[in-house]
Amino acid sequence: MSQTLFDKLWNAHVVQPETADAPALLYVDLHLIHEVTSPQAFAELAARGLKVRCPERTVATMDHSTPTWAADLQGQRRYASEQAWEQVRTLMENCDRHDITLHDWDSPNRGVVHVMAPELGLTRPGMTIVCGDSHTSTHGAFGALAFGIGTSEVGHVLATQCLLQRKPKTMRIRIEGELGPGVTAKDLVLHVIGKVGVDAGTGHVIEFAGSTIRALSMEGRMTVCNMAIEAGARAGLIAPDQTTVDWLRGRAHCPQGEDFERAAGHWLSLASDADAQFDRDVLVDAEQIAPSITYGTHPGMVVAIDQAVPYPADTTAARAMDYMQVEPGKSLLGRKVDVVFVGSCTNARLGDLRAAAEILRDRRVADGVRMLVVPGSEQVRKAAEAEGLDQLFTEAGAEWREPGCSMCIAMNGDRVGPGQTVVSTSNRNFEGRQGPGSRTFLASPATAAACAVVGSIADPRRLDAEAEVHIHFPSPRNMEARP
Amino acid sequence: MKPLRTLDSCSLVIAQDNIDTDQIIPARFLTTTSREGLGEAAFADWRFDDQGESRADSPLNGPAAKDCEILVAGENFGCGSSREHAVWALMQFGFRVVISSRIADIFRANALKNGLLAIEVDRDTHRWLLAHPAARLTIDVALGRLDLPAAGGGDEARSVSFELDPFARICLLEGVDSLGYLLAQADDIAKFEQTREAA
Repeated sequence: MSQTLFDKLWNAHVVQPETADAPALLYVDLHLIHEVTSPQAFAELAARGLKVRCPERTVATMDHSTPTWAADLQGQRRYASEQAWEQVRTLMENCDRHDITLHDWDSPNRGVVHVMAPELGLTRPGMTIVCGDSHTSTHGAFGALAFGIGTSEVGHVLATQCLLQRKPKTMRIRIEGELGPGVTAKDLVLHVIGKVGVDAGTGHVIEFAGSTIRALSMEGRMTVCNMAIEAGARAGLIAPDQTTVDWLRGRAHCPQGEDFERAAGHWLSLASDADAQFDRDVLVDAEQIAPSITYGTHPGMVVAIDQAVPYPADTTAARAMDYMQVEPGKSLLGRKVDVVFVGSCTNARLGDLRAAAEILRDRRVADGVRMLVVPGSEQVRKAAEAEGLDQLFTEAGAEWREPGCSMCIAMNGDRVGPGQTVVSTSNRNFEGRQGPGSRTFLASPATAAACAVVGSIADPRRLDAEAEVHIHFPSPRNMEARP
Repeated sequence: MKPLRTLDSCSLVIAQDNIDTDQIIPARFLTTTSREGLGEAAFADWRFDDQGESRADSPLNGPAAKDCEILVAGENFGCGSSREHAVWALMQFGFRVVISSRIADIFRANALKNGLLAIEVDRDTHRWLLAHPAARLTIDVALGRLDLPAAGGGDEARSVSFELDPFARICLLEGVDSLGYLLAQADDIAKFEQTREAA
């Protein structure tokens, strides 16, 4: 019988098949942990006198509560609170006690968990990967079955390397055609979520397919799978191909030499059969996609950047638009921006930083705008600095920070003030997500950077035209910003 | 885990759709290393203003919130982050049951692992529940049955059934979590590991 990619991944990890009475027992190849969702799981193990079953299958990083300021001369870091430091210290102790590899401050590989693990080749096609973090769907970009779990399940994996799971349904989203100039993977996935809705993927695993997906870089594919959860799906998937293989070759935890070629042969066999059946199938025309931006309080409330915001369909939407202070029937272009954030597991890889930098080259961040650029990992930071991107950003008036989740989840002290408008490359525009009372507009790194330059919501394809408009209201910095 | 067999309680209604886990518990409360003391953080930004004062207009601050163990919410409840803190906060606030027309996957999995019954009902029932705040509801976990009372406008009392995974049902009824069951599968897990290593 023909199988989907998901079926193949699932079947290869079933320890016990599901029955009417009990869920399947599913084996986990890689367990990623961080400081926020693991302490209570380790405490549960301690309370029951349990050991970690496979410490070598667990890898830890610290990213959520960690400050993005560099350490001071004494090596001290500016934690948001005593409790945040306590949480990081607890992770250090737990990893030490259980022989788990932790990428802490001294590691050249520390980073946001979903940026770091692929970089190191810990994420490989055919694996099952879980983490106490909903954006674990990111790793599906490599053809791995990867999904977020809660803290109880973190404890289950630590103790047994397994999870109890009911087999989800499958959904395929095929995107066909070529993306227009200035349209990125982020615009694509925002558009898709707007089209299918924020709960379309509930109970499903989404496989992204089609010529548009095939043409994306691995970074772009990670951006797409990262946001599968924003359509309700715990896991997103993309079949491995030559792009995947080329990206993984030489990575630290990948097999090397002949072993790699053998592994690659297997990875390339991981694809849905031609006649595989999906519970739901959706087709999206890539040519309809423009730079996208959200206007509400969930990622499905999204428009093309030059289109008018729709009239609210119900009271929830009306409430969201009131919170966001957006006017239906008008485009967002020209709305004043207070903060621009380039970062997060969605868009903080080297390509994302380059895209933002390209917009800022020979331009400046507009007066009154605070722009924060936070690389996704130490490796990204070093690569960006080797290209001089840090200098480009700081000279343009942006802040260049150390890796972490930062302003995406706003629990490390990096946050947006009440009532402020932020254009953010992260994944969630929920009420108060980036700080109590903050108003988040999600967009691509290029769009975010364009907004920083113009000082208001701007179309990255028309940046020069936007800048012209600003000539009528020059400030000294805007004068300098003229290309 | 506290067992849940039957419950007779009023319902607290928050009709808004897509209530995400950042609303249920804002991220700034997640720096804790404990699963206790989170009841005060439940819906913190809806219950308190930026000065920390109770918002009078929030149903979560009303008298019903103290008594009601059932939360009826709009569609797609619990979407967003995987934080289990959302479940802990709701339970410590006093809820044992959440009802919606659709509940997000990770939230539901987390809820059932802690003894918070998260159930989906059909659209008609959902609409009725949203329109009748403080309705006295009865829930029978073993039967998978929700009893709605009679109401004005000629609505007669009726029962609706809800789906619940049989495994989760046993965990709820007996007040046991699933880690014990998992640990008992150690032989099968070891066999799986050996088979794969040999391949």
